[in-house]
Amino acid sequence: MGEFDYSVIFDNIPFLIDGLKVTFLLTILAVIGGMILGTLLALIRIAQIPVLSWIAAAYVNFFRSLPLILVIFWLYFLVPLFLGRPVGSFYSVLIAFVLFEAAYYSEIIRAGISSVRSGQIAAGRAIGLTYPQTMRHIVLPQAFRSMLPVLLTQAIVLFQDTSLVYVVGLKDFLVSAELIANRDQRLVEMFVFVAIVYFIFCFAGSLYARHLQRKLAT
Amino acid sequence: MISIQKASKWYGDFQVLNECSTSVSTGEVVVVCGPSGSGKSTLIKCVNGLESIDQGEIIVDGDIVDAKKTNLNTLRSKIGMVFQSFELFPHMSAIDNVILGQVKVLKRTEEEAQIRAIELMNQVGLFEHSSKFPAQLSGGQQQRVAIARALAMDPIALLFDEPTSALDPEMINDVLDVMVDLAQEGMTMMVVTHEMGFAQKVAHRVVFMDEGRIVEDAPTDQFFNAPGSDRARLFLSKILTH
Ligand SMILES: Nc1ncnc2c1ncn2[C@@H]1O[C@H](COP(=O)(O)OP(=O)(O)OP(=O)(O)O)[C@@H](O)[C@H]1O
Ligand SMILES: [Mg+2]
Repeated sequence: MGEFDYSVIFDNIPFLIDGLKVTFLLTILAVIGGMILGTLLALIRIAQIPVLSWIAAAYVNFFRSLPLILVIFWLYFLVPLFLGRPVGSFYSVLIAFVLFEAAYYSEIIRAGISSVRSGQIAAGRAIGLTYPQTMRHIVLPQAFRSMLPVLLTQAIVLFQDTSLVYVVGLKDFLVSAELIANRDQRLVEMFVFVAIVYFIFCFAGSLYARHLQRKLAT
Repeated sequence: MISIQKASKWYGDFQVLNECSTSVSTGEVVVVCGPSGSGKSTLIKCVNGLESIDQGEIIVDGDIVDAKKTNLNTLRSKIGMVFQSFELFPHMSAIDNVILGQVKVLKRTEEEAQIRAIELMNQVGLFEHSSKFPAQLSGGQQQRVAIARALAMDPIALLFDEPTSALDPEMINDVLDVMVDLAQEGMTMMVVTHEMGFAQKVAHRVVFMDEGRIVEDAPTDQFFNAPGSDRARLFLSKILTH
């Protein structure tokens, strides 16, 4: 294998960046989708709506007991079957991540909602706000603020987990790097580079999460 | 205005309210006092339906609070409430606290709400603090913003639950002054408090509670000069010697 040859990285930067874009796009869309669905699930469980709450709880427990890779696999086969047409691996994977992450986000957000003092709900209701209005204007903004560090940490985990898409051949950052590594026989350089990139983003993210945590504590 | 008739309430086996009856007519100021745990907070929370009663009836402005057909949101918007722990919305500036309900509940425009909010911030003497957040205000200032927030809904009556008992002594009077002004302007008020000076100054009647019962319900002078029950006498002797 010989000397390290880092030119393999620089020569393929555009291709790698395309892969990184897929990774980021997937992460961002999955965070947004997962948070919206997760908030919905959390609200349904907290409002204790009969049947619906039970379904939401079952959903959360179901997805939290499955390995992510299995969900990705299943959705890859199920989504086209369900829709009756091929959708491309990106969308099937995105749906898998949203469904999976929603289960985790819903638990985080539920904890966030219960951390808001009950007096705040009373104060909202006392000026005549409806229950949904109280949630929307009083409780959720405070819940999200206090949960920000945890939400961000979850997003970092998701960022790492997106690399699992290699099982369905989606060309994310890791898969792109692997393709080049194999083609040019530069495995070591490429995987060192990939590790450094993942590390930088995740480390920066977790530093920021810790900063937020400290800011909230004061 | 507010009429409470034989209201009873249980938490499990524990009876918090035991056939409580009293009333507050328009323009009247009624002070509610009594030992800790006697059910004062519970009683006034039942008036605006934050808690429900199991027996009896509470009628506010002609509507039965616990009746199915009563729109509690509308009823609550007409009855202001001020809490012991202020409960300002910490993620909004002081003035936005005063604006929120006007826009979301009364459907006023942002501008109308803003104008009214500025008036009220002036009335409670905090105009220059309008854009501060609750965490940047002292307890006394927060409580005055909370009063402005309640007044912003143009309420027909105000409920207070120990509005000064979480405050440092030097701030209590700032809040009491605002309340005295309101009372003297003819606001209908039901006030849970142990500030007997306030009661003597503006209350028309004093209601004394003990163990979930209304033990005494008397005109202010009579309550202080000739309390009808030993319980009330004992309570007064404890509180007035402080
Ligand atoms: N949600 C609840 N569940 C069970 N018991 C409760 C609940 N809320 C209040 N209680 C009980 O009901 C009783 C009356 O409470 P309440 O808060 O009305 O008293 P209070 O007169 O306002 O007392 P304080 O002066 O301490 O504020 C207390 O013994 C309290 O422990
Ligand atoms: Mg109380």
